[in-house]
Amino acid sequence: MAINPDIRRQRPGLAPWVGDLSRFPWWILVVLLIGIAVTYAIIDNRFWGEAYDFVKLGIKITVKVSLISFTVALSLGLLAGLGGLSSNMIYRNFSMLYVQVIRGIPIIVQLYFVAFVIAPTVVSQINNLGDWMLASGILVNLGSGLANLHIRDVPMINRAIASLAIAYGAFEAEVFRAGIQSIERGQTEAARSLGMSHFQSMRYIILPQAIRVVMPPLGNDFISILKDSSLVSILAVRELTHMGQLHRARTFRSWEALGTVAVLYLMLTLTLAFLVKSMERRLAFEK
Amino acid sequence: MKNSSSLSNSDDIIILDNISKSFGEVKAIIDVSMNVKRGEVCFIFGPSGGGKSTLLRCINHLETIDSGKIVVDGIHLTDSKTDINRIRSEVGMVFQLFNLFPHLKVLENITLAQKVVRKRSRKEALEVAHTLLKRVGIPEKADVFPNQLSGGQKQRVAIARALAMNPKIMLFDEPTSALDPEMIQEVLEVMLDLAKEGMTMVVVSHEMGFAKAAADRMIFLSDGKIVETGIGKEIFTNPKKDRTKVFLSQVLN
Repeated sequence: MAINPDIRRQRPGLAPWVGDLSRFPWWILVVLLIGIAVTYAIIDNRFWGEAYDFVKLGIKITVKVSLISFTVALSLGLLAGLGGLSSNMIYRNFSMLYVQVIRGIPIIVQLYFVAFVIAPTVVSQINNLGDWMLASGILVNLGSGLANLHIRDVPMINRAIASLAIAYGAFEAEVFRAGIQSIERGQTEAARSLGMSHFQSMRYIILPQAIRVVMPPLGNDFISILKDSSLVSILAVRELTHMGQLHRARTFRSWEALGTVAVLYLMLTLTLAFLVKSMERRLAFEK
Repeated sequence: MKNSSSLSNSDDIIILDNISKSFGEVKAIIDVSMNVKRGEVCFIFGPSGGGKSTLLRCINHLETIDSGKIVVDGIHLTDSKTDINRIRSEVGMVFQLFNLFPHLKVLENITLAQKVVRKRSRKEALEVAHTLLKRVGIPEKADVFPNQLSGGQKQRVAIARALAMNPKIMLFDEPTSALDPEMIQEVLEVMLDLAKEGMTMVVVSHEMGFAKAAADRMIFLSDGKIVETGIGKEIFTNPKKDRTKVFLSQVLN
């Protein structure tokens, strides 16, 4: 801890045990108490138990949506982040365009847009490609498959994941760009003066240092995407929030349904926060 | 100060022909021409902001020049077809602020470029690294991270890292300017050894003691121009230009 215990003890008029008590992380106790109370309610109370049994079916989907979209977002973000720093005019401008446009549109609008505009457009283009392949007799089997693809064959969850990944990719691009820029220019110069190519100096010198810088903001964004995955409930993807809403609509037990949903999110985010913290510590090195 | 065999081959390994470089409005180098012979120790000195570091950085293309011609070991740097990375691996560079890689241990700092640029095996790279660490006098520091070293030790590792590529030329950009006074000597001794072994060196520095001991040629650079060039120590004993006299009287007293 950054707080020096000696300074606290010097405070006049306070017994030593008061200092110890004021340092105790009380908030963790409160969180634990809430957890215990809700767990007790789920076991003991019929309505809480029913709410939990129904809502828990969404946990897997929530975790799946968050994990996959964040992984894709990291790749998109790294590509666009490097692009933003590239000396290649076309690459750089495409990256900036992506970041600025996506960051300026609410995620909920993007979700609707990807699900109901982009996905159908892509499918119809694939149909056109399939028709063309059939007509010109190239890879006829694949062509007929492409020609008969229907937008209904693209599950909402996939459209939701794609949209969330695109949205978060723009945030991660800025994180990566800032992380790379935070590494002194002398590092690149030393690497290049040893004869390393631009790619090699990125791969061996800059990125390994930048990754330590970007770990905390990336961890934050991972927790963020887990919470924002609740937005995909508007596409009727059966994740936690959607299951909570369904239960509420079925039973009018709002307190139990939403309470269970909130506590489950809290358990997930706190676990993640803990994991991120320990990962940061493992990656840390003496500066 | 060097063995005769390295002087027998007296062709120019670095040729700067009328080079100029500006940063925006500021003219850093104005029409500078100079040559460095194989095995020569060339000492560049002069007031801060006079273009010394820029000139050095142009030699391995860390700065691009606006006009003029640079030829290093027979290869035109200014030719767009030139593979800059290949030239850079032949030219070692030592920086004022060391620029060691903080995420790698001392040994890895020295072996990385050997492996990825020179394509040496791990074993061979390690052998070279251990030999060089012995040569710069800190074999016991192989397994520590750079931030656990003193300034003088860092700079010696930086020199070992550059030497590991078996460069034909070593460039030193104010190698002792960021060091505490008691650490300057240990770095200079490594540099003196290198000079004795016949390494071609271009040194930008304020260490007049090193110049007296090792320089084959001294160049006084001020306001982006070469004011005066002298063979060996003659510039100390017999400076011709007033600008040089004033500067020398300031740094030597």
